[in-house]
Amino acid sequence: MRELDAPQGYFLQGAVDRQIIDKLQGDFPICARPYAEVAERLAISEEDLLKRLERMLADKVLTRFGPMFQIERMGGAFVLAALAAPEVRYEEVTALVNALPQVAHNYRREHELNMWFVLATETQDGIAEAIARIERDTGLPVYAFPKEREYFVEMKLEARV
Amino acid sequence: MDELDRALIVATQAGLPLVARPYALIAEQLAISEDEVMARLQGLLTSGMIRRIGAVPNHYAIGWTANGMTVWDVADEQVDQLSVLVGALPFVTHCYRRPRALPAWPYNLFAMVHGSSRDECSAKAEEIRLLLGAACRANDILYSTKILKKTGLRIGA
Repeated sequence: MRELDAPQGYFLQGAVDRQIIDKLQGDFPICARPYAEVAERLAISEEDLLKRLERMLADKVLTRFGPMFQIERMGGAFVLAALAAPEVRYEEVTALVNALPQVAHNYRREHELNMWFVLATETQDGIAEAIARIERDTGLPVYAFPKEREYFVEMKLEARV
Repeated sequence: MDELDRALIVATQAGLPLVARPYALIAEQLAISEDEVMARLQGLLTSGMIRRIGAVPNHYAIGWTANGMTVWDVADEQVDQLSVLVGALPFVTHCYRRPRALPAWPYNLFAMVHGSSRDECSAKAEEIRLLLGAACRANDILYSTKILKKTGLRIGA
């Protein structure tokens, strides 16, 4: 199991890292030298920007750098789902759930339903297949919470450290 | 979405190459021109198939150590009208209506809040509670205690 957990108290290497995180959560340019363009805006060199991105990805300060696809607009689906994993089986169940490439995110949460994950599939049917697979592999019932309506989504948080 | 769009997704879903000319490198992999890669990506962005292009931070690492999924049982006839207001609160990052799973799960409104402490999150949840008023019959806040996976979309090659 890959741990992405809290580099708690992780210190960003200065104001530049913070600026990169704050300015680069969207609007990455589509042009021949996009990193050079962003670097100029940040008043650093293209090489420095690339090195910093590489380091922040390696340190898991960033989990990804690239396009975020809305698979729903392409006939696919994102569905939030949850299950109640017995504490003694938590690691085993995590490994079984995470083994599916359709599991895009997975969080441990404090509740009787203690594992919450997002399924992302290319087709609508893919969701039911993934849920059936998880139920079969883990022997646990999966609760699906497909969104019925989206009121707001904008996941941009500024760096606070 | 055609085959080329799909190939572009497969080539970039794990991330853009960290090289001076990332789109040229993708073009080389797909045996098309750099201009075509850029035009396609621009098209996907314009049509909303790409929500945005950029960095996805690990919230914990950048100081947002308390992440709470607030959940609410809101009367069906009022949920849409009220949820628009909840979604408009500056600190709510996601806000959705979802089906209940009775009897285990009575909540139909989900709103994510983040903070440097649980106190900060619960203060934000309290603001939501005040906004919902009597239409809210029950609520809870589920804090995340561990990121078990955060890869994002992965479709097969």
